[in-house]
Amino acid sequence: MNLAEGVQIVSFGILGVMMIGTALGVVLLPKIVHSAFLLAGVFISISGLYILLNADFVAAAQILVYVGAVNVLILFAIMLVNKQEDYAELPGRTIRKAATALVCFGLFALLGTMVLATPWSLDITSPAVITNTTVALGEHFFSDYLLPFELASVLLLIAMVGAIILARRDLIPESTTKETVTTGFTLPERPRELATLGSEGDRPE
Amino acid sequence: MQLEYFLLLAAALFCIGIYGLITSRNAVRVLMSIELMLNAVNLNLAGFSNYLDPSNIRGQVFTVFVITVAAAEAAVGLAIVLAIYRNRDTIDMEQFNLLKW
Repeated sequence: MNLAEGVQIVSFGILGVMMIGTALGVVLLPKIVHSAFLLAGVFISISGLYILLNADFVAAAQILVYVGAVNVLILFAIMLVNKQEDYAELPGRTIRKAATALVCFGLFALLGTMVLATPWSLDITSPAVITNTTVALGEHFFSDYLLPFELASVLLLIAMVGAIILARRDLIPESTTKETVTTGFTLPERPRELATLGSEGDRPE
Repeated sequence: MQLEYFLLLAAALFCIGIYGLITSRNAVRVLMSIELMLNAVNLNLAGFSNYLDPSNIRGQVFTVFVITVAAAEAAVGLAIVLAIYRNRDTIDMEQFNLLKW
């Protein structure tokens, strides 16, 4: 990183404020669509922090995977379960929220004191000793981290097949009789007309 | 720039994620909070990689693995949310008592 110290600190401040603000928006905003778009802001600012940490390949992967794939997936899920739902008020919910906030703040205080009190064994060498992190990451992936790399590919395949099996809707043709062929992969679910009835009252956002 | 700044920022993001995970009633928002927590961990790993191990960047390798697992988790989690929504016609976390005793 060839930036001056002041530029780094200023950009760190901007990215940090942006990240915390959008993360609070994700958690606190009442409309779920706004939360999903603010989540993209969180991911983008974290990508900027990766660039400040000399991790350029990870920053690019963060934008590609999170903003390009995960966030779009979340938006599609919001669109598919688009239902205006007035949640029934539960007794004691404000107390639960206050207690959770207290616990989270306490956890943050604990982590903060731990971070500040620990003497980190900082490496003295210049952070720019690796000029091309992509090459270094590739060497790691294909030499000493080869087994986790292959396992990650198998995990992605398993997750893809599992997501398809979980999320697919078995179309039952109208002409067939009551008895339907159930294989081991079919999930019990409501009939299709009920599902369309439930989504009629929706308003487009 | 110091390591502690990044660690404090990641800790704050992690605590925000925990708060959202516990208090939100929309199941999709719970998944978003999990993504926030995973990103806080990633930020920690990248910080350690830069400041404690700059010669061979093992932290970034782990960051890439965590990103992979997070993508798989998001896909499966949203599929589960869709299946529950089709069966129960709600995504309110307070009404998911399928596994309660």
